[in-house]
Amino acid sequence: MNESINLKPGQINGETGIWEMVIGLEIHAQISSKSKLFSGASASFGAEANSNVSLVDAAMPGMLPVINEFCVEQAVKTGLALNAKINNVSIFDRKNYFYADLPQGYQISQFTKPIVGEGEIIIDLDDGLQTTVGIERLHLEQDAGKSLHDQHPSKSYIDLNRTGVALMEIVSKPDIRSPQEAGAYVKKIRSILRYVGACDGNMEEGSLRADCNVSVRKSGEEFGTRCEIKNLNSVRFIIQAIQSEAERQVEILEEGGKINQETRLFDTSTGETRSMRSKEDAHDYRYFPDPDLLPLEFSDSWVQKIRETLPELPDLLKKRLVTDFGITPYDASILVEEKDYVDFYQKAANGKDGKLTANWMITELFGALKKENISLSNSPISPENLGQLIALISDGTISGKIAKDVFAEMMISKKSPSDIVKEKGLEQVSDDIEILKLIDKVISENEDKVKDYLGGKDKLFGFFVGQVMKLSQGKANPGMVNKLLKNKLK
Amino acid sequence: MSDLLKFDLLSASIALKNKEFSSLELTNAYFEAIEQTSALGAYLEIVKDHSINMAKASDKNFKNGTARPLEGLPIGVKDMFCTKDIKTTASSKILENFCPTYESTVTQNLWDDGAVMLGKLSCDEFAMGSSNETAAKGNVVNPWLKNSKMSPGGSSGGSASAVAARSALAATGTDTGGSIRQPAAFCGITGLKPTYGRCSRWGIVAFSSSLDQAGPLTRTVSDAALMLNSMAGHDKKDSTSANLEMPDLMNYLDRGIRGKKIGIPKEYTQDGISDDIVSFYEKSINWLKDSGAEIVPVSLPHTKYALPVYYIIAPAEASSNLARYDGVRYGKRNEAASLDEMYEITRGNGFGEEVKRRIMIGTYVLSSGYYDAYYLKAQKVRRLIKEDFENVFEEVDYILTPSTPTTSFELGKKQDPLTMYLNDIFTVPASLAGLPGISLPVGLDKSGLPIGIQLIANSFDEPGLISTARVLERSAEFNFIADGAAK
Amino acid sequence: MSNKESIVDIPTVNKIARLSRLNIPEASKQNLTNDLNNILGFVAQLDEVNTSDVKPLASVTGHKLPLRSDKVTDGNIEDLVLKNAPESSSGFFVVPKVIE
Ligand SMILES: [Mg+2]
Ligand SMILES: [Zn+2]
Repeated sequence: MNESINLKPGQINGETGIWEMVIGLEIHAQISSKSKLFSGASASFGAEANSNVSLVDAAMPGMLPVINEFCVEQAVKTGLALNAKINNVSIFDRKNYFYADLPQGYQISQFTKPIVGEGEIIIDLDDGLQTTVGIERLHLEQDAGKSLHDQHPSKSYIDLNRTGVALMEIVSKPDIRSPQEAGAYVKKIRSILRYVGACDGNMEEGSLRADCNVSVRKSGEEFGTRCEIKNLNSVRFIIQAIQSEAERQVEILEEGGKINQETRLFDTSTGETRSMRSKEDAHDYRYFPDPDLLPLEFSDSWVQKIRETLPELPDLLKKRLVTDFGITPYDASILVEEKDYVDFYQKAANGKDGKLTANWMITELFGALKKENISLSNSPISPENLGQLIALISDGTISGKIAKDVFAEMMISKKSPSDIVKEKGLEQVSDDIEILKLIDKVISENEDKVKDYLGGKDKLFGFFVGQVMKLSQGKANPGMVNKLLKNKLK
Repeated sequence: MSDLLKFDLLSASIALKNKEFSSLELTNAYFEAIEQTSALGAYLEIVKDHSINMAKASDKNFKNGTARPLEGLPIGVKDMFCTKDIKTTASSKILENFCPTYESTVTQNLWDDGAVMLGKLSCDEFAMGSSNETAAKGNVVNPWLKNSKMSPGGSSGGSASAVAARSALAATGTDTGGSIRQPAAFCGITGLKPTYGRCSRWGIVAFSSSLDQAGPLTRTVSDAALMLNSMAGHDKKDSTSANLEMPDLMNYLDRGIRGKKIGIPKEYTQDGISDDIVSFYEKSINWLKDSGAEIVPVSLPHTKYALPVYYIIAPAEASSNLARYDGVRYGKRNEAASLDEMYEITRGNGFGEEVKRRIMIGTYVLSSGYYDAYYLKAQKVRRLIKEDFENVFEEVDYILTPSTPTTSFELGKKQDPLTMYLNDIFTVPASLAGLPGISLPVGLDKSGLPIGIQLIANSFDEPGLISTARVLERSAEFNFIADGAAK
Repeated sequence: MSNKESIVDIPTVNKIARLSRLNIPEASKQNLTNDLNNILGFVAQLDEVNTSDVKPLASVTGHKLPLRSDKVTDGNIEDLVLKNAPESSSGFFVVPKVIE
């Protein structure tokens, strides 16, 4: 390997030259509906086995699907947020295959005419750059049930609680060129879904999972044969899985081998992908329109009504934060990452110094929450209290240094900063006479040093400031201390 | 035969209201008849205790003056309808011991209107067949022709046989490509397939979802009207159920057809149709003419493609609808070491030959590389067939055709699947177009077998269909009774 | 569809039987193959119909798909769901072990 080559993310330096990755993502997002896509059973997570199951979900003979209106609305809403084409007529198809956790013997999905067509989103990369990723389509479909393989030596156990839960499958175009971009793409999609309210984006509970299609090629060449890595449920795994899969493919190709188009699983313990045996059986899904359902149709005016309920989305919001609050684009991009963040910030910064609020929120608050492993929604410091703290700093009631102590106290006691300041008597001393008294005391106790200072040892000025501040227990207004000391020691 | 069995649905209803006899007496008379005609094999399951309780409850309602439209009338149910806590097998081994925990919407509607359930009636397995020879528990026999074993038709063969043999006052059926009308024709009774969407499909074992419709098999047109009144209705649990109010069909029994136009499609008189049927078809045309209708020759040019379309679409949908019978959540399971083997053996043993044949055809026409050539092509031609009817209904009010090309045949005689499929040649086109159709008996052929004539109406014009069928029924004066009920 | 590709042979029957999860005894495969060829030959008549400008029929009723509101109206019926199961254990359906 030639060590001196400076590789960009997504490039692999092989024996035969530099390879680049071509990546497309299929994200499955669980819609935050109360009931399932085609049945009235609860879509909630973590219930007793087979309790969130209706006779429709269990595919009893003669049971029929009826679609959930909320799920249709959320798909349209998400489509609008992805700047995508909304299809006023779409069709539900059956995807036919046999599996223990697929009671109907088919999944109801959308194949030829999805509810949402092409769109695009802008993703933010670490280096502050942005890039556009195309959206191929978004369609509605049913989730499958769960098979447990570790309950019995020769049996699998089937729980149908997730069977029929509503999913949106968001398919990107093969526009992604590095694992990092893939990670940023998933983060951006998750953020949009949360803004819209269509999906909670919780990857640990599986409400958001990604299938990654990965292939490699030499720059300028045609797309290579791709492999699909199934069901990745964290951004970290997505990045690792793509990197290791691309490296595996480069190795095979450079040894003169061929890539088999196949479905693979990511093994989190080894950090590598492996072939999925059960899915290797030549699949032929025999899609056809579900005759139990009619075409889904809606009018432009209905779409317009949905559009009017869309919240301000991250890209526009970011621009507005920069103009309205005077913060840096970098800080703004952090704040819009999550809808909670920006809601919290706007409450805290309301009528306050926006820049100072952003600093305190991003550095102090996020730092403290991370240390305690608390989410922002459970923050002991409310946006109102953070705002009050900023106000106390801005109007000189407390110094920045005292503010840090007050902040620490707020994290523990959840009290308002003004209460803490009052109770502990932490108001900044800005009274000339008070401060002069302290200065006199310091001067009288350090007569030698005063002589040295007056004799030219300028550096000692800081010492006097420090002594005065110390004597005031940090409460003296440092600006005034400076000014008054300067006058006194002329 | 007990005198009580001579009443049809409507006259029995009046007699019950007049307290000429009780529902319990009537129901017991039917249980006797069921026993006497058991050799026909129409019933798969009888639920005597349940029936007696229902009859007693009805008698109480008569006493209290709270009788409902079908109060106390004992009827049979095709085994395609799921019935709560009563075995429902679709005549298949794979559902041998399946006991639904729910009641189909259509049968619930009947019970809610006071009908008394006698039991479950045999049919072709999963309603796939036209002779009732594919039922797991064996053939059903047509009560006509004492000395031979004739087919009752199918798939609602058990329903048609029981109504003709007077072991049920009326019965429910399902019709996918003619499964109500063809057995009604073979057994000399009336069978009505409503417009697609009139009756809820919820709780009916699905064969071909875009075609399946429930309907009544009865002795008279009035009975069909009375029973469909109860069976039909919008159901939120079926997305394809029509959200349309159906007028009370009993108000349309005597409206006549003066000034109405009856279309006679030239494509329905073809080679292979029996002379007796042709002659009764001509008689029927004249009867309608004599009753004041105008006879208009029409053309439905894509008629000959209806069967090919049907034998692509119905198996395709069936191959998918029957995937749920996998031995995991209900039904018969054959144990095996692996899941796939379990599926293959369970389904291989559980389904009969015709069902397997159709699943294979359906899987083939949907499989990759063949979808466009078969399924998509069939859906396009289906549109042309539907448009043929739309064009004709611009000109005429009803269409008159024979119900079947031949009368009933001997059980075991027709072996080749394709020959069997030709039975439905006159009923399939209306099914593909979702239109309502009725078959009623108009006479007997030379060998003494009933001949059925079919009327087809425009979508949701069941009222007009009933008015027209009543005119034909009156003219035909078909008063024959099956002679071989107790063979 | 009248082209050679659509002629069914025993390997095709095996493939379709596998896709359909149907165990077909060796002895009946030839008959089944013949039946399928006859039926496919029969439906091949559709080749005669010019459908180049025809859209496939999406639904026979022409009605719009009805939507239901997002409420939990069903579930918590494990006993009914499992009642007909050939094998179940502690609330789960049980099947031969699946290897992923
Ligand atoms: Mg996928
Ligand atoms: Zn999917």
